[in-house]
Amino acid sequence: MFSLWQRVNALATFSILLLAALSCAASFLDAFNSPSVRAHAEVIKVNRFRKQLTGNDEVSLTLNISMDLQSLFTWNTKQVFVFLTAEYETSKNSVNQISLWDHIVPDKDNANFRVRVPTKYPLIDQGNNLRGKKIDLVLHWHVMPKTGRMIRDKMALSEFYLPDAYT
Amino acid sequence: MGYLGEMVESIRSLQIRHVLTQIISLGMIVTSALIIWKGLMCVTGSESPVVVVLSGSMEPGFKRGDILFLHMSKDPIRAGEIVVFNVDGREIPIVHRVIKVHERQDTGEVDVLTKGDNNFGDDRLLYAHGQLWLQRHHIMGRAVGFLPYVGWVTIIMTEKPIIKYLLIGALGLLVITSKE
Repeated sequence: MFSLWQRVNALATFSILLLAALSCAASFLDAFNSPSVRAHAEVIKVNRFRKQLTGNDEVSLTLNISMDLQSLFTWNTKQVFVFLTAEYETSKNSVNQISLWDHIVPDKDNANFRVRVPTKYPLIDQGNNLRGKKIDLVLHWHVMPKTGRMIRDKMALSEFYLPDAYT
Repeated sequence: MGYLGEMVESIRSLQIRHVLTQIISLGMIVTSALIIWKGLMCVTGSESPVVVVLSGSMEPGFKRGDILFLHMSKDPIRAGEIVVFNVDGREIPIVHRVIKVHERQDTGEVDVLTKGDNNFGDDRLLYAHGQLWLQRHHIMGRAVGFLPYVGWVTIIMTEKPIIKYLLIGALGLLVITSKE
C-alpha cells in the first residue's frame, strides 16, 4: 500500500514537473512568433544644447515617436519595455548608447501609439564631441514574459545632425 | 546462549548498516545539489546563476520573490540589458536595466549606467560615493530567463529562520526514519 506521505510526494513531484514543462513550452512557443514592428521617430526641436560645467556636452530634445508593437505580444507576454536610444561614435568611444525615452507597454491594446515627448533623460556625452555630430535614433524593445525566456531586439529608425553651435 | 548472542549481533550490525545507508543517502542529496549548482555556474559563466528579486524597483516587470536566470558571456554589455551588479561596500547584488553605455575605442572598457524601471532616477545614488559608472567587473551577469514567485521560498527562509530549521529538521527526520 502507498502511505499518505508517498501520495503527497508523488503528487507534488508531478505537479512541479508539469509546471516546469508548461513554462518551457510557453517559452518554446514564443520562438514561433515572428514579429514585425513598425516605428518612426524624429527630432522636432533641440530644446537645449550646452556644455556643462564638468565639460560634457548636454542636449535636451523634443521627439515625435510612433510605433506599432502589437505583433510582439503573445499569450506569454507580461509587458514590453520599449526605449529609444541615441547612438553615435566619437574618437574616444567606439560605442555610445544613451537612453532618451522609455515606456512600458502593458498590453496589446496600448501597443499602437504616437507621442510627442521631451527627452526623459538628457543626452550627455563623455566629453564635448556633440557639435555637428550625426546621431542614430534606435528603438529597442524588451519583451518580458510571464515566465521563461526574455526577448530583446532593436531597430534603427532615423538619424539626425546636432547643430554646430551651442544654444 | 550462543544462539541469542548471534541474534543480538545480527540486529546490531543491521542497525549500523541502516544508519550508514541513511548517512550516505543524505550525503548524496547534499552533494548532488552542490553538483547542480556548480554545474550551472560553469554553464552560465556567472558566479551566481540564479538570483531572487528582493525589491520592487523593477516592477511591474519583476516583483519581489521572482527569480531570474543569469548568463555571463564575453558579449559586450549593451543598453536595455537587465544586469545584476555588485557595488563596492554593498552586500546585496542589485538587478537593474542598463540605460547608458560608453565603450572605449582603444581599450574596449565599458562605462555603464543603470536604472530600475520603477525608480524615478538613475542609480548614481546607489553606487559607491563618487562613483559615476559601473565597470565590467561590477557586473555579475545579465538576466536571460524569468520565473515568477519561486523565490519566495528563499525570502521566507532568510527572513524567518525558524521555518528554515523546522524544514531542515523535518526533512532530516524523514530521511532517517524512511525505510528503503
